[in-house]
Amino acid sequence: MTATKKSLKFILLDILYLAMIILPFAGAIVLKVLITPQTEGVSLTGAIILWQIPMPLQDLYITEVQINSWAVVIAILGLVLFLRHGLSVKPYLKRQLVLEWIVEQCDNLVMSNMGQAFMGFSPFICAIMALSAFSSLSSLLGIFPPTSDLNIIAGWAILVFILITYFKLKGGFFHYLKSYTEPIAVMTPMNIISEFATPVSMTMRHFGNVLSGVVISSLLGVFLSSLTAGLPGLLGQIPFLRVGIPAVLSLYFDIFSGCLQAFIFAMLTMQYVANGFPGEAYEKRLKRRAERAARRAAEKA
Amino acid sequence: MTLAIGLILMGCAIGAGLAMIAGIGPGIGEGNAVAAACTAIGRQPESRGTVTSTMLMGCAVAETTGLYGLIIAILLIFVAPNLFVNILVAHAA
Repeated sequence: MTATKKSLKFILLDILYLAMIILPFAGAIVLKVLITPQTEGVSLTGAIILWQIPMPLQDLYITEVQINSWAVVIAILGLVLFLRHGLSVKPYLKRQLVLEWIVEQCDNLVMSNMGQAFMGFSPFICAIMALSAFSSLSSLLGIFPPTSDLNIIAGWAILVFILITYFKLKGGFFHYLKSYTEPIAVMTPMNIISEFATPVSMTMRHFGNVLSGVVISSLLGVFLSSLTAGLPGLLGQIPFLRVGIPAVLSLYFDIFSGCLQAFIFAMLTMQYVANGFPGEAYEKRLKRRAERAARRAAEKA
Repeated sequence: MTLAIGLILMGCAIGAGLAMIAGIGPGIGEGNAVAAACTAIGRQPESRGTVTSTMLMGCAVAETTGLYGLIIAILLIFVAPNLFVNILVAHAA
């Protein structure tokens, strides 16, 4: 394929991928407009429940947040497919350079924080960072950001907790149990508490940061519209101060804080997994296992 | 009944205000962290990137206690009054 000429199939696929990015968000915005009840001024509510599916233990609530978070997932998938479309050894598309930059940055981050042994984690870290960042940034479009709902982040944190425990168990089950009695046996309850505090604090940190942004933006909105409410005539009808001024706060709370929290969530994931992994015990266990296998082979022979 | 509901609302509001005292700690702590980072960058300007990312990471971790306070405050304002009033009504009935 030459550098300038793109085939029709290529362009059609491009359009499909771009639609995959845009349409979910458009759908989420339409849904938001359709289901949001009329309220006076600014109201602070949680996610709106759309459907309620009966389940054995507890009813499953399908809320706005699930829809938005799936929209974000599909949009990220579309973005990645768009970026990787037309990869070649000699890059002739700008998007390939962007993609290479992203992959390189993520690899560097994982390399410097977790080490060579955990390079397989790079896609997961990149995915969790993208998911978190795009979820927070989706509030710029006016839809309910998935990260300001506790359940979504709790899900991620539980996933990370399972990962941490899985890597801790790699050193053997007894080594894992013994790690609770470090440095002395009296500390066991403390260690158990701190073990369960990990996902809780990860959840609360991310959720609290995004939620504080949402609350403060809403309060500012109420304040600004109450300033103009007293003015006579048409001026009092239109809260014109609410145009533009909240954007300054949004710059911090939505863009900076959202990206920072995504980075920190990924950082903490890397730190916890890499620090929890008992390298020496794992090597010993591998060696023991190899010896046992060798002995068994010798017995058979 | 009205008095009881008023007392519940008052308690929730005062509690939410008190919960936000938790904001003092992270404020001081993050201030210290940023001051130390400034000193470090002043001493070794070439280590700016590493110091900044480490500082942001530490700040975010230090912020957690303040955010716990915030979440308690928000629960007290938006969730607790409804819950407590419902319990009260159920008791009275």
